[in-house]
Amino acid sequence: MDAEIQKYINERVEKRVAEILAQREHAENARPKRLALVASKGTLDMAYPPLILASTAVSLGWEAGIFFTFYGLDIVNKTKLPDLKVAPIGNPAMPAPISAIPSLQVPNFVGMLPGMTPMATALMKNWFNRAHIPPLQDLIDVTREGGGKLYACTTTMGVMGVSQENLIEGVECRGAAAFLEFAADATVALFI
Amino acid sequence: MSAVIQTQSDLFLDSKNLLCPMPIIKLAQAIKQIDAGQTILTETTDPGSQYDIAAWARQTGNELLATEQVGPVFRFLIRKKG
Repeated sequence: MDAEIQKYINERVEKRVAEILAQREHAENARPKRLALVASKGTLDMAYPPLILASTAVSLGWEAGIFFTFYGLDIVNKTKLPDLKVAPIGNPAMPAPISAIPSLQVPNFVGMLPGMTPMATALMKNWFNRAHIPPLQDLIDVTREGGGKLYACTTTMGVMGVSQENLIEGVECRGAAAFLEFAADATVALFI
Repeated sequence: MSAVIQTQSDLFLDSKNLLCPMPIIKLAQAIKQIDAGQTILTETTDPGSQYDIAAWARQTGNELLATEQVGPVFRFLIRKKG
């Protein structure tokens, strides 16, 4: 008799566990995928990758959130966003200032001369325009309209003396714990 | 090579000469304008879009009915999920 009761209990427990596991799997499949990014760089070239990925993610029906930290905070800074730059100094990937003469080997230190950073920035903006890549603000708008979250790192704000009024519309101020909680449910998480 | 996919779709989206992520962003915006079961035809020239649009269809559940390449142009016929 005891053996029969034990068998009955085992069967009931196994059935219930299987039900719970199936429910959990269904809940996980029903939840949308999520992209969690950390944007840590504030140069024109490094502002594009997180915004391209986030705007694409919301276009795929995913959730997306970007944590803007250290120099990355400049990307959501009202006054700095339209004026992000790329510097040729220390960047051997930048082309020679005179692109018509590619054989001209310009030493990298020339990049430190006055006017070289605006020149490199203008050059890169020209590439983007020619390739019909939209301005950063447009990609931010697509991300936000798709429900993407923009988080400003409050530590960076404190260190750099940036307040909420300095940030573009829709940015939420968060610390590491709040971002990690968001990222804990991410399907894809990247540090840029 | 001539086009096989008929242009009788409910909506046409021209994304020629656009690079990633624009063909996907524009497609995601355009599909909101049609009803479930209706079709959209989009044309691109970015070689990466062949894989990107297929991935977009898998991720969103919309159906990629047909694809073809006509010269430098990639054409995609998509049915909005019901």
